[in-house]
Amino acid sequence: MHELSIAASLVESVEQAARQAGAQRVTQVFLRLGALSGVAKDALLFGYDVATAGTLLEGSRLTIEDVAVVVHCDDCRRDVTLPSIQDFRCPVCGRPCAQIVAGRELEITGIEVEVADDVSLQAESA
Amino acid sequence: MATRYLEIRQGVLSKNDQLAAGLRERFARAALFVVNLVSSPGAGKTALLERMLAEMRAAGLQVAAVVGDLQTDNDARRLARSGAPVRQITTDGMCHLEADMLAGKLEGWDLDALDFLFIENVGNLVCPTWYDLGEDVRLVLLSVTEGEDKPLKYPVMFNSADVAVITKTDLAAACECDLDAMRANIRAVRPGMLIFETSAKTGAGLSELIAFLLAQRRAKYPAA
Repeated sequence: MHELSIAASLVESVEQAARQAGAQRVTQVFLRLGALSGVAKDALLFGYDVATAGTLLEGSRLTIEDVAVVVHCDDCRRDVTLPSIQDFRCPVCGRPCAQIVAGRELEITGIEVEVADDVSLQAESA
Repeated sequence: MATRYLEIRQGVLSKNDQLAAGLRERFARAALFVVNLVSSPGAGKTALLERMLAEMRAAGLQVAAVVGDLQTDNDARRLARSGAPVRQITTDGMCHLEADMLAGKLEGWDLDALDFLFIENVGNLVCPTWYDLGEDVRLVLLSVTEGEDKPLKYPVMFNSADVAVITKTDLAAACECDLDAMRANIRAVRPGMLIFETSAKTGAGLSELIAFLLAQRRAKYPAA
């Protein structure tokens, strides 16, 4: 259940960013999760609820965008999406492809936060 | 109260990644080549490393090792028989090593005086995948007793590693291991992966693996 320690790292990063922005509460976290990240989505969602308890993120929603593995095929001269991470051959021509273009992501893209109105105005005028 | 969206674009493990980047710079200043060994429990990391440390020391190289385990310092004591400086990280149940755990174990070592540092990770083909330790090369070990299809079961780890080492080849016939199938499965999840075949018992394949590491170090630090 390594997803719990991943969730704990996620909470730590988000809390830091939220505090810097003067946020009172985090309502949503947006995450990109690659098929090669090795993180199980359901376990991460479960770990998220545990890890967010008692933090600025308590009660917030984790919105996960799945990212498929994309490799570059030298023969087809284009990026192709792999249907399975057990087989790194181009699904079009069969050539083994080692160059990974996408699919390793374990990345926070953004957060939705609640800020006091005066902080919000300051941030917008800054 | 107003709702705002903040763009962040940051890796979830950015803290570990930053620490690992700091370690990598520190290793580079010392011209120290660092190898991270990962595998399932019982694949033979300690046996391989024990023999490699002894052979590399005999060749005049300065080598050291840090070994991670959930419990016990048995592996550190085994590795220390090679005469190399060895330190144990006992993780108390944690399933992988992180960069700050490694950093804490380097205190007091003169990194400039070392040529190679080996990190024996906790035996686990899942969790160590994400944690960069500042290594130059990640070796994934796979023993002939584990079944040819292990790379297909753990594609993420095999894909994250740079080099594969098949271990316990002296047992291949007894285990009816199909080495061709094993190699094909490794390369199915990591096309073109360099594979070494070794036996810590007979010593087969070790000189090739050591020669590879020496060449990698020379390529990175030509002046060292």
